[in-house]
Amino acid sequence: MAEFLSLKDAVKKYLKSGDTAAFEGFTHLIPHAAAHEVIRQGIDELTVIRMTPDLIYDQLIGMGLVRKLIFSYAGNPGVGLLRRVRDSIENSWPRSIEIEEHSHAALANAYEAGAAGLPCAVFRGYMGTELQRVNPNIKKINCPFTGEELAAVPSIRPDVAFIHALKADRKGNVLIEGIVGVQKEAVLAAKHSIVTVEEVVDELDTHMNACILPHWTVSAICEVRGGAHPSYAQGYYGRDNKTYIDWDPIAADREAFQAWMEEHVLKQGPEVFADRIKGLEVTS
Amino acid sequence: MTTRDFTPDEMMAIAASRALSNTDVCFVGIGPPSAACNIARLTHAPDITLIYESGTIGTAPDVLPLSIGDGELCDTALTTVSVTEMFRYWLQGGKITVGFLGAAQIDRFANINTTVVGDYDNPTVRLPGGGGAPEICSSSQEIYITMKQSKRGFVEKLDFFTSFGHGEGGDHRSRMGITTKGPTLLITDLAIWKPDPVTKEMTVVSLHPGTTKERVQQTVSWAVRFSDDLQETPAPTEEELSVLRALKARTAAAHAGNRVETA
Repeated sequence: MAEFLSLKDAVKKYLKSGDTAAFEGFTHLIPHAAAHEVIRQGIDELTVIRMTPDLIYDQLIGMGLVRKLIFSYAGNPGVGLLRRVRDSIENSWPRSIEIEEHSHAALANAYEAGAAGLPCAVFRGYMGTELQRVNPNIKKINCPFTGEELAAVPSIRPDVAFIHALKADRKGNVLIEGIVGVQKEAVLAAKHSIVTVEEVVDELDTHMNACILPHWTVSAICEVRGGAHPSYAQGYYGRDNKTYIDWDPIAADREAFQAWMEEHVLKQGPEVFADRIKGLEVTS
Repeated sequence: MTTRDFTPDEMMAIAASRALSNTDVCFVGIGPPSAACNIARLTHAPDITLIYESGTIGTAPDVLPLSIGDGELCDTALTTVSVTEMFRYWLQGGKITVGFLGAAQIDRFANINTTVVGDYDNPTVRLPGGGGAPEICSSSQEIYITMKQSKRGFVEKLDFFTSFGHGEGGDHRSRMGITTKGPTLLITDLAIWKPDPVTKEMTVVSLHPGTTKERVQQTVSWAVRFSDDLQETPAPTEEELSVLRALKARTAAAHAGNRVETA
């Protein structure tokens, strides 16, 4: 049953050191504010799952809070590499992390299997790739009817799923529109879920096949205007591509990174996100 | 009307765009493939269906997206589905005619590495990884690849086998149980390559205007095979160039910052 909490209280209540957490949002609706709150609270030894780690995992990993990363594409999309993730894998700075690497198809299937309550996902994939040599969680299975060899991966069942959504009504029903990614699957697969939203409204004012998470599937709802920035929220504000481009030199240097995190994350609270989207709002 | 006033990068994008047709359903990779696919849509293939792995089907962006999930893609799409549905129904279900990819490293059989340079457990450079590519390579009916030629990228032996092209050549794909064609076209800044019908070794079939065989060989780590019937790629037309340059200019302006300063 959805409870309306401050982001600080929601993170404190549901995420523990050593937990497995998924922060989803496929380019769109990435839960930046939630990740920053986790960093401020210093919750560590995390296993983090995300198809496209993006800046938030560069930051979580750079701050030394991650023990293991499960992912399928660790880049800054259209810009280059994730330099904090690289530094951790290549140089063990600030610590070494374990990685479990998949393809997008595998993780998308694994989230769906988690939402469906299945122990594993079966799909046609990993054919001829070397990923199964380095990842023992990629197995082959034969179809019991045709004999076709298929791939199997464990389903994803996180302790906590974090997503950002457009809005919630006062009961806590949540609306996601635009590129919906794997957020619905991530929430339904998780034991607990924390959903930040742009706004809380009286009526969702939606249509009959909309992507809705009913209030009883969500643990906590936190109103954080701009909470996806520099990712975007369809109909609210656009992707701040310049910030993604500007991140590269910051992340490339350990001291610049630490100074940036101190200034823009550790010394701030979720309320700063409303300022960060000024000038990016969708006006039409 | 053609022109000689163009760069190798422009020739690459335009040659790649020409490979696509109005009836293609194309799964678009980010970067050079995205540019090529949208030039095709803005010139000779206005009805092409462009699909990005973020779930956007039939998208028609006015500027090139920086990521595979910019809002522009969703705003202009026929429909947007979940990422799970995208990979299960549309890609795995066999609905994609062409998967269009880039690569960090490629070998003579068009196998792709986008995972690491060096050893996997102790990499020199940790690259982003496979993303959608491993299954795009096996489930799309055929694969086009576009990338610039360099000795670092065109290697004798891949550091990691991220996505399966033609494996060790010959009938390796079918021996792996893969029923799709795999890489049928490679478009670079210097040439157009196609697999030999029997050995599947990538073979240069067309040199871009002003390029020589020697220049191609200098940027490739293995002994390059050239077709007996080597062609010259037609130079870009004025229309192709103007469409490409306008698209690039709109894109650069959009990525430099979409923030509107408010008082």
